[in-house]
Amino acid sequence: MTDTFKLVTDTLLVPAGLETSDIDRLMGRLLSQDIDYADLYFQYSRQEGWALEDGAVKSGSRSTDQGVGLRAVSGEKTGFAYSDEFVLPALAQAADAARAIAKSGGTTSPVQWRNAKSPPLYTPADPLSSLSDQDKVELLQAVEVQARACDPRVSQVMASLAAVHDVVLVARSDGQMTADVRPLVRLNVTVIVEQNGRREQGSYGGGGRFGYAWLREEDRAGSYAREAVRQALVNLEAVDSPAGTMTVVLGPGWPGILLHEAIGHGLEGDFNRKGTSAFSGRIGEQVASPECTVVDNGTIADRRGSLTVDDEGTPSQNTVLIENGVLKGYMQDTLNARLTGTASTGNGRRESYAHLPMPRMTNTYMLAGSHDPGEITASVDQGLYAVNFSGGQVDITSGKFVFSASEAYRIEKGKIGAPVKGATLIGNGPDVLTRVAMVGNDLELDSGVGTCGKEGQSVPVGVGQPTLRIDGLTVGGVEV
Amino acid sequence: MSKKSQAMDSDSTGVALDDAPLAEAVQAALAEASRQGASAAEAAASLGQGLSVNVRMGEVETVEHTRDRGLVVSVYFGQCTGSASTSDYAPAAVREAVLAACSIARYTQEDSCHGLADPERLATDAVDLDLDLYHPWRPSVDEARDLALVCEDKALSADARIDNSEGASVDAHEGCEVYGNTHGFIGYTRKSRQGISCSVIGTENGAMQRDYWYSAARRFGELDSAAEVGEQAAARTLRRLGSRRIPTCQVPVIYEAPVASSLLSHFIGAVSGGALYRKATFLLDHLGKQIFPEFVRIHEQPLLIGAMGSSSFDNEGVATAPRDIVSDGVLRSYVLGSYSARRLGMETTGNAGGVHNLTIDSGEQDLEALIKGIEKGLLVTELIGFGVNTVTGDYSRGVSGLWIENGEIVHPVEEVTVAGNLKDIFSNIVAVANDVDPRRNIRCGSIRVDGLTIAGE
Repeated sequence: MTDTFKLVTDTLLVPAGLETSDIDRLMGRLLSQDIDYADLYFQYSRQEGWALEDGAVKSGSRSTDQGVGLRAVSGEKTGFAYSDEFVLPALAQAADAARAIAKSGGTTSPVQWRNAKSPPLYTPADPLSSLSDQDKVELLQAVEVQARACDPRVSQVMASLAAVHDVVLVARSDGQMTADVRPLVRLNVTVIVEQNGRREQGSYGGGGRFGYAWLREEDRAGSYAREAVRQALVNLEAVDSPAGTMTVVLGPGWPGILLHEAIGHGLEGDFNRKGTSAFSGRIGEQVASPECTVVDNGTIADRRGSLTVDDEGTPSQNTVLIENGVLKGYMQDTLNARLTGTASTGNGRRESYAHLPMPRMTNTYMLAGSHDPGEITASVDQGLYAVNFSGGQVDITSGKFVFSASEAYRIEKGKIGAPVKGATLIGNGPDVLTRVAMVGNDLELDSGVGTCGKEGQSVPVGVGQPTLRIDGLTVGGVEV
Repeated sequence: MSKKSQAMDSDSTGVALDDAPLAEAVQAALAEASRQGASAAEAAASLGQGLSVNVRMGEVETVEHTRDRGLVVSVYFGQCTGSASTSDYAPAAVREAVLAACSIARYTQEDSCHGLADPERLATDAVDLDLDLYHPWRPSVDEARDLALVCEDKALSADARIDNSEGASVDAHEGCEVYGNTHGFIGYTRKSRQGISCSVIGTENGAMQRDYWYSAARRFGELDSAAEVGEQAAARTLRRLGSRRIPTCQVPVIYEAPVASSLLSHFIGAVSGGALYRKATFLLDHLGKQIFPEFVRIHEQPLLIGAMGSSSFDNEGVATAPRDIVSDGVLRSYVLGSYSARRLGMETTGNAGGVHNLTIDSGEQDLEALIKGIEKGLLVTELIGFGVNTVTGDYSRGVSGLWIENGEIVHPVEEVTVAGNLKDIFSNIVAVANDVDPRRNIRCGSIRVDGLTIAGE
């Protein structure tokens, strides 16, 4: 097994001439005031992106970013500074800025370091070098060829390939030192189809925490191209969406964005500590129908939203949020866990060394129920069947959330009917799952494309669910 | 809102930004690209620093010191291109970035539209133009904290129903950037941005609502006072208490100025080069056509002194100039950079990187007059979600706002959507009020649109 620690220190510390004794010195500096907790977050990140359009890969870019985030916490106060220079004077200056949050007079007993190791959930190999540049270009070109081969109405194909190689080291004031090497790749395909002057688009993609080779296995890249074209062609036939409150059946997989928006954000520990979430103080209450069990699980191997350890060095967990309809727990980072007398659930995440960690989701999904998906759609007299979505948003405090369909159909007398144009669905988080009438037995996770934004920070996440029937969701169409 | 002077402008204690290392890094990157055999290259280096202090419930919550650097370089080998970026200006890191860009250019495919901006369009005469965008304010942590405390306290004490807070923040930021290319162009910019913001929560009958307000300007002295920001945040939260749903209907809608700018963003997205050459827009081939009612004029004012979106050259060094994009409701010009312009057989409009102080001219009426003119309708104050399709113009977004009856606001509304097609939305603009929101790059007042569908109960 590769020694992650050696790999990480070789990448982060050795080239800068930094040693563990330097981390001691910086931590000592952070703790020289009345500080409850402090951490240093060393990060080295390489990214690349390749883009195809008009049948050719016309642009590519590569970036390197590295830095150290220094955080000092005193009570509810957090001082934070960072430096992109891996040199001791710059780091010491950042430590002084961060610790100024607290009054002077702390203890300075030296920290005893211990290396915390968790079994890695993904390979530490650098995904950027997992394929030759020529092969990356050819992979994108093959996507274009496959998309165009699907249908003559395809007028434009845009495809992009991206990879991140992220190397982090977290040193905490309690002496825990944790290393993680995180790969991430993603392939996206968007097509535009044209028929009698009408244009529509379709998009699909996938990825996860592994090298590029995964995209070439089992014809995945080709299947993304075909799926994007299929969605676009469906939309060519779409009619105006109905407007108003009706029964909605959500397909399995990516429509789990419902859970992410409607309840996931509302169960993040920071909002609940502050009492600003519509879910605040509701642990133990029935917030969903008894068929619903929802988890946030960061421990699934290779998934886009998974983490061996979070950005505070806590191993990720499978946290039950809602069990048989009852609210069980929140997602916590160390700060909010400490302030609420609970334990971190391994949900402390940050976009980079230049951002403060906060409670964030990993892979959030609902467990399978008992109903056959065909039985679920057949049970609806009039309604909407929505299977693909473009994105969503929530107002934590009022609980109101939206998510926008990119592929949806009318349901008439139990049968799936005409496709309708993308409509936004809107609902109330604390109440939407109480309206879940049926849960399918077809749990699926999404294909690995989700990115979640919170307070300006983006992190990769996953969602999933089985087919769901929700009685009474508002569909934001135009046809009254 | 009034612009009270706060006599702390341009407090220039603290470390000034030095752009000499940026210029050196740019020159080094261009020289290295030439050594590697690139036929052309361009590079931009930036440096930013700032302080952000957030208080919540009367106590400091976070103090963040920011300092960011970046260098982006693009190289051209004939008609093939590659780019790379780094956060390090050390000679070895710059060289590594150039080599990475060159390596990518070996694998990308030819496109005759690639390349630097045409030399005669570069802002050679305008690089020294002083647009008065740099007024650094470097408060101490205590100073920033005290302002944030005043702001939040004003909001929390405004009404007994305001019972919680997401906090108030004071932000001070300054940055400089150097752009250069192998046509010999080099341009320097310096900008500052200060802000005060506040977000509070109110409760009525057990239901919580949150809203926020902020002030932002290049100059600290142009900010609204901390107290005014707090009062406004409280007032906006209070007016949402007691929100309810409304039945599905078709009524006139007013987009309040802070959210009305989103309609202009959608418009710009639809007439931008990338969407046009990909044929991914509902406004394809609409140049010279009527898109808005005759009274609508939409134009760029890139050279406004001290404004949030001002710039004398774009991201490729092309000189900007005031111009109409829409006049008499007719689309007069697209929004293009050099690459998309060449793809379309046109000339760049100086919009590589976006528009500059996009402005929709206001009518005589204020927001109150727009409200007075509506028998039944909705004033939209917040939009959520991303239900906008630029290819088709289909539009469906979640909103909250205030219900209007007989020219008066009667109650707040939530959990409804507003839907239509952007083409219809644009042609059904009835009025643009004079309550222009100056905080952003898009300058517009409240906009009334008829014919939209509201989906609710």
